[in-house]
Amino acid sequence: MREPALIRMLPDGRRMHLHDGPIDLILEANGGPHAVSAAYEAAARRFVSILDELCDELPLLRQPARITSECARGVVARRMFAAVEPYCKDCFITPMAAVAGSVAEEILEAMTAVADLDRAYVNNGGDIAVHLGDRQSYKIGMVERPEHPSLFGHLEITSVDPVRGIATSGWRGRSFSLGIADAVTVLADCAAAADAAATVIANAVNLPDHSGVTRVPAREISPDSDLGERLVTRGVEPLSQLEIGTAIDSGVRSATLLRERGLIHSAALCLQKCVRVLPSFSTKSERNGREGFSGPSAPEFHAELELSGRTDPHA
Amino acid sequence: MPDVFPPDTVRCDACPVLCYIKRGHAGACDRYANVEGQLVRVDPHILLDRAKSQGTPLVPFLEREGDWDGKIMKGRETFVTAIGAGTTYPDYKPAPFIVSSEVEGVDMVTVVTEGIFSYCGVKLKIDTDRHLGPERNLVRAQGEPVGHVTTAEYGSQMLSLGGVHHLTGGSKSEGRVTCETLLELCNGKEVELTIDEGAGVRVAAGKPPVVNGQREERMRVGCGSATIGMFAKQWFGKVDDVVVVDDHITGVLSEHQAGKLLGVRETGIAIHGRRSTPGRYFQVAEPGTGWGGTNISDPLAILKPFKPKFAWPHLRLLMVSTTGEQFAYYELDEALRPVEKELPEALKESVGRIRENCEPALTTVLFMGGAGGSLRAGVTENPVKLTDSVKRKLTRVTCGGASAYIWPGGGITFMVDVTRMPENAFGYVPTPALVAPIEFTLKKNDYALLGGHMDYVRTLGDVLKEKERQRQVVSHVQNPWPLKPFTGSSES
Repeated sequence: MREPALIRMLPDGRRMHLHDGPIDLILEANGGPHAVSAAYEAAARRFVSILDELCDELPLLRQPARITSECARGVVARRMFAAVEPYCKDCFITPMAAVAGSVAEEILEAMTAVADLDRAYVNNGGDIAVHLGDRQSYKIGMVERPEHPSLFGHLEITSVDPVRGIATSGWRGRSFSLGIADAVTVLADCAAAADAAATVIANAVNLPDHSGVTRVPAREISPDSDLGERLVTRGVEPLSQLEIGTAIDSGVRSATLLRERGLIHSAALCLQKCVRVLPSFSTKSERNGREGFSGPSAPEFHAELELSGRTDPHA
Repeated sequence: MPDVFPPDTVRCDACPVLCYIKRGHAGACDRYANVEGQLVRVDPHILLDRAKSQGTPLVPFLEREGDWDGKIMKGRETFVTAIGAGTTYPDYKPAPFIVSSEVEGVDMVTVVTEGIFSYCGVKLKIDTDRHLGPERNLVRAQGEPVGHVTTAEYGSQMLSLGGVHHLTGGSKSEGRVTCETLLELCNGKEVELTIDEGAGVRVAAGKPPVVNGQREERMRVGCGSATIGMFAKQWFGKVDDVVVVDDHITGVLSEHQAGKLLGVRETGIAIHGRRSTPGRYFQVAEPGTGWGGTNISDPLAILKPFKPKFAWPHLRLLMVSTTGEQFAYYELDEALRPVEKELPEALKESVGRIRENCEPALTTVLFMGGAGGSLRAGVTENPVKLTDSVKRKLTRVTCGGASAYIWPGGGITFMVDVTRMPENAFGYVPTPALVAPIEFTLKKNDYALLGGHMDYVRTLGDVLKEKERQRQVVSHVQNPWPLKPFTGSSES
């Protein structure tokens, strides 16, 4: 039987928690008190129908994406199609690869449409849509495994950076991955784009036919998975430094290509304690030393990532 | 969509994604899983924390005072609840968690399991005098019968919902809607019910009921007759007669014993209905949702004409309901017809006091269920000994840490106030049946004596290591701490 959507403030009184079926969002807005409450109300209003809208076209959204994105009816579904379209010629991808980021983006847009906010974020299980007003910034911490929340890096994005979406994907996350990355975190223009790109790059971090990687057809675990009979990663034995390097190299090549195509701004790849970061390509950010990833510290977003407790590589 | 699934794949209907879930796996949300072919909610396992948090005093003051050991704060104590623990069904195997801990120098064991209850239901106490429907009539949710109106109690209407006949004895959709209604009520959600030949109500545990769209604010102070008794002195001298309109017993001051004792002058007032004893009338109107639980909106409708033999012009009459929510003040004209006037200041206080003395009207929800064979077998190899131990108060039964009332007689049939339990403590299986947490706490040596699964006893510290799926919540302030050792013993 249908459980009603959960809409509540977290005990800290600042952040809002929205939950419906597999969707679990933590969001926060900063600004004047009226603006913040108007934004929260708008978020809740928009949220209650999102899952139904998506489920209305679920069979379509589980099909491999083609160039004909107009066939999707829902706004969120169209965001998903748009986010995966750049990849659909080169590899297997379904709109579901961008579902989490697209939902986050949709809610954030509902909030910023009604209120003038200093800054806001919507975190959908690690896929985060960000709004930054003038001279605002966010610090974001990254964890490699949700159940062991130790930071492998942090980053800061400011209002002058083009980044408004962050997403993480990996085989340890809640959803399936074709690759072996523990976590790939991507910065992009928007959350849906980051979500799709993180999925693609995490799939590329791989050692095909390696005996230490346990793979299972997706439908053996989840009969209605959009990945069908494709083999998804269920376990990775400890790898040699050489193997780790080979797998990460493959991911970095994929990420570099995406960056050259303007699909992402940066990416951090993590496999068995080895972290590789794409140097930021934005000259402005390089000059200011702001955008892009750096070593561990204690950033503000740590709690959010820990709280959501999961990455979402391919919902 | 795939066409062929292994036989024990289940389809989850908790959200519109409608995941197909294979045995041993979870759905897209990670909150529902297929356990042994049954759809089961796998929310985090809830542990109760006795320590204080967020500045709320959690341990009742007196209890603290009695055994205060001089330290600022007692050590943190944790009780493992059955919420999210899993179940033994359908196999006869030890309960998912059998936890030992030392409490105040005594070794205690808590057997923790989620029970699947097809024999279960809820008893609703709805604080209202409004007539909700004739006794024994069906109560429906979404048009399906889910229970019936049962014996009314003082100031409250009672509904009995659920039970095995609605859950599994009727049509498939009757069972599904019954299960859904019970689950929502037990988890504190609002439910809309209609009663055959009666009212529509919206009810949620611990919240005021809404009857035919109208929110019930207060319980009546007493029946109409009792109200006369309580307030006669305050009315004496300020008004010539008072009628307290009540569907149960309407009271009349000038005829009532209390009025007679004060020497209130006879007014000859005549009331429709059946006179029980002087000043007390049954059935002054039909039951309804108007004044005092009757169907009237104009109180004069229950009065017969005043007679010149007793009544007099300018006679002052107050009519009021048992909650003080409705009232009207009249004076008789020269033809002895009542004319409504503004309530004089001197009477406002008494009407206000009736209202003040009415407690807030609430809906309360008690879950009632019986612990069956497989559940008891999960506790001991000899289930009847568990029943015996519970009856002798050697074993304490709690539901999510809330104390349960054990019905006397055979079996372990219990009732628990759902508002005392942590939020979303209940789940369901599509059988349909409810999943409720149940914990049995007893001394370790008593557990051994009743044939407990001693090989499966784990220490609290060991259980606490499994942090990943656990969530600590704070114990309800009014619940006795479930681990407090008993004074009794079985060595007799």
